[in-house]
Amino acid sequence: MTGAGFSALWSHWRRNPLQLFTLVAGLALATALWSGVQAINAEARASYDAAAQTLGEGRFDHLLPRAGETVGQDRYVALRRSGWQVSPVLEGRVFLPDNSSVRVLGIDPLTTPGGLSPVRMEAVGGLAGFLTEASLFADAETAARVDGHLEGQVVVDPSAAPGVVITDIGTAQALLGQSGRISRMIVAELQPIGLPPLDRIAPDLIRRPAQEVSDVGRLTDSFHLNLTAFGFLSFAVGIFIVHGAIGLAFEQRRGMVRTLRALGMPLGRLVWLMVAELFVLALLAGALGVVLGYLIAGFLLPDVAATLRGLYGADVAGSVRLRPSWWASGFAIALIGTGVAAAGALWQIARMPLLASARPRAWVMARGQGAWRLGALAGLLLLAALGFALWGSGLAAGFALLACLLTGAALALPLILRAVLRLAEGRARSAVWQWFWADTRQQLPSLTLALMALLLAIAANVGVSTMVSSFRLTFVGFLDQRLAPELFITADTPEQAAALEGFLASRAREVLPVNSVETQVAGLPTELFGARVGLTYRENWQFLAQGPDPWDRVGAGQAVIINEQLARRAALWVGDRIAVGPDLSLPIAGIVADYGNPIGQAVVAEAVFARLFPDQAATRFGLRSDDPAALRRALIDDFGLPEGNIVDQAQIKAFSLEVFDRTFTVTAALNVLTLAVAGFAILMSLLTLAALRVPQLAPAWALGLTRAALGRLELRRAVSLAVLTTVLALPLGLALAWVLLAVVNVEAFGWELPMYLFPLDYARLALFALLAAVLAALWPAIRLARTPPGDLLKVFANER
Amino acid sequence: MLLEVENLTKSYPGADGPVAVLRGVDLRLAAGETVALTGESGSGKSTLLHLVGGLDTADGGTIRFDGRDITALDDTGRAALRRRDVGVIFQQFNLIPSLDVAANIAFQARLSGGADMDRLQTLAKALGLDDHLRKYPESLSGGQQQRVAIARTLMARPKLVLADEPTGNLDEATAADVLAQMLELVSETGAALMVVTHSAAVAGQMGRQLHLSRGRLA
Repeated sequence: MTGAGFSALWSHWRRNPLQLFTLVAGLALATALWSGVQAINAEARASYDAAAQTLGEGRFDHLLPRAGETVGQDRYVALRRSGWQVSPVLEGRVFLPDNSSVRVLGIDPLTTPGGLSPVRMEAVGGLAGFLTEASLFADAETAARVDGHLEGQVVVDPSAAPGVVITDIGTAQALLGQSGRISRMIVAELQPIGLPPLDRIAPDLIRRPAQEVSDVGRLTDSFHLNLTAFGFLSFAVGIFIVHGAIGLAFEQRRGMVRTLRALGMPLGRLVWLMVAELFVLALLAGALGVVLGYLIAGFLLPDVAATLRGLYGADVAGSVRLRPSWWASGFAIALIGTGVAAAGALWQIARMPLLASARPRAWVMARGQGAWRLGALAGLLLLAALGFALWGSGLAAGFALLACLLTGAALALPLILRAVLRLAEGRARSAVWQWFWADTRQQLPSLTLALMALLLAIAANVGVSTMVSSFRLTFVGFLDQRLAPELFITADTPEQAAALEGFLASRAREVLPVNSVETQVAGLPTELFGARVGLTYRENWQFLAQGPDPWDRVGAGQAVIINEQLARRAALWVGDRIAVGPDLSLPIAGIVADYGNPIGQAVVAEAVFARLFPDQAATRFGLRSDDPAALRRALIDDFGLPEGNIVDQAQIKAFSLEVFDRTFTVTAALNVLTLAVAGFAILMSLLTLAALRVPQLAPAWALGLTRAALGRLELRRAVSLAVLTTVLALPLGLALAWVLLAVVNVEAFGWELPMYLFPLDYARLALFALLAAVLAALWPAIRLARTPPGDLLKVFANER
Repeated sequence: MLLEVENLTKSYPGADGPVAVLRGVDLRLAAGETVALTGESGSGKSTLLHLVGGLDTADGGTIRFDGRDITALDDTGRAALRRRDVGVIFQQFNLIPSLDVAANIAFQARLSGGADMDRLQTLAKALGLDDHLRKYPESLSGGQQQRVAIARTLMARPKLVLADEPTGNLDEATAADVLAQMLELVSETGAALMVVTHSAAVAGQMGRQLHLSRGRLA
């Protein structure tokens, strides 16, 4: 009985391969986009874990320079002599001939706590070999990149983090040209009693607790959360397709279900067979989806890796590995998606009386009855979205707001479209157009899911592109403010810095020292800057909020300026006082935007900074000049500054914008994929409905409309609905952009971005959406126009 | 006695409360007997057929089939009855559109255990379907579709065949042809046959005629 039942159920798919394709492809696409994003996240997290493991981040405290990147090795020696159990580390980047770079990590395995060392040390003869043979340990991908380009024996070590070369600290100092320097020290958990305090032996070092060392994972959480949210949105769009395909298939099989039951198939067995059938299809689609997801992840991962390196300095492997957990999660999401999409249809079948009408209920009517219920639900969700916008706080509330807004709008779509179509019907003059609008309204429920998918895809495109373009515009303005100096120079020593200041006194319009230390302000990690207040600051820096004469007060040492991140996280605003040093508390004179910076920033006058950190001398300077080329020549020819120590403003801007643009390559790619999925949903809906349309169109044909005219009207119908959906998607997309910029961004990154509108971009997107709708509708319309008259006549011959 | 129906009642919910369709029907049917059930529209003919066939449940009374009270059966029990003992031929044919003719004919027999392919060929030949076995129902005429439905029912060798207006969708000549073939094949299997019909011609070919009026047998 089971075999016979299964063969009957399966025969439906065999006879309707397009429907089967829609179901499998929809589910595979949904799974692919979701698992692709998950693969990227998993790969990145695995890389962070490997990197953290290398230096015991999260396990051990670290000592870091208060300012600059390195300190002298003598600090390490002094600390060891006074009893401190610390181990030195030197890290830095080495550029390879192909312009890519690797992170070189020099350690001292004799003193590293907790057995931190490459796992394959025996490949070079153990510890002695490691110390004497200039061995370089790296994962297979990195090893292949550096082999032959770095001096030393390259050993493949699978436990090494991607993009990292681990070696002895002496070898690292030679490779990085940092002889006698170290970047940080790892502090062992067990320390002798009665140690002298750190600030007496090494006042230029700051101790970072273990839980604060492993920043990368936390810093990138928001980035990965955004990716996950996008993946979920794409998944939801795909599930709309699956829901539509399953709903239609089950509706068409109502007659079969009745017959099977009439012939003696128990209802319970029938439902289980349907569940088993969907389970098999979900596994098939899940496997396809995981493979597709692997391709998507492989395609996107290099850009994501570049983004994470550019934004957070986190190295991530550039290629995807197929992990078992990833297969499992792909299958799980495919099964869950199928379950969600099919639950309603299965419930209906399970409750359907045996003698219920076998005729497929006009899908239209069945859906129409529930329309008002969905409308009420849409209203509730939109009210909930408003509630989250007004009273919600935290990132979870931001995402809940997004979910309510998008779901509510999608559910409200059929009601709005129905009202518009009714209006059009009422205003139509000719009989054909009256019929056209009425017929379109009748078709609406069958196309609703595809149109909802289109609505979400366009809104996501509008929202995300508005956010990215607003961010870019703001970021460019921000770079112009912050990178006002035409040249940036770096002195090799404080003595050279002092000589440079003298040399530049008469040659540069303004010399702006870049003097900063990392410290704690209001209990948060903050970079404290000492600014030489002058015209550049006064003319270029723009405030988000300010008190009277902010730069005058900062220049006089009476106030401080902080960035938005610090202000929001510490709940500070203009007028509040903050402690910038042990005995110094200053009022906040202004708050500035600081995009892309994960930590707080505070700016005090140069003199105040010098008083707080007397040993800290600036070695980097920003230079203002009316003739930067001449100044550059003078620095090289007359002063003898190496060319590599001078950077043009344009170079930095170009690099920053390149990092920015790569950051959003992933977003743009996901945008295009989501829109493509929505286009696919429309195509599949129209194709599956084409066969059902014949009985509805036959009377119009019999009354005098040609088949070609019917085909053209079908095309117009799809385009009209796509136009209406696009028009409705625009305000939804803008609302989405507002939520992303003013709510999610603030919660995730700590800064709010102004929102700009880009009408030309929206017009282009609308054209793409319409093009997708036309392409999707073209084939079904042509098929309809070519329907043989015999098929149309069968409608009247009662032989269908 | 193959079928014994006693004091059978059934009502359906209506706008002004329950509407009684069967008001105490008594009926007996022997193995191999053929019966026509006639009556005006709404008299309860189809309802009686559905109750006897285990497609619906009665409000009161008993139906004994082959000595078993089928009104006491649960859904699974009624499904087994339909699979093994009773075959129903519907006015709308109720074929499975995605299965070809051969698969449709074999279907009920497969549900109840297995299909005898020789018998399938015999039935197909007897009903003039042997050239259409690989076709799908949509490409057959109404008469051919009803022949497939008859073949499907008889393939499972049921003890009782119930037919609800089996020729109602067919023209006069085709209807006569289909009915003759159905009667011949039913008599070959020794099954009892109960036909719901409005047609006096159809009713006239049955061994006995029962008239249902306002929920009671006249």
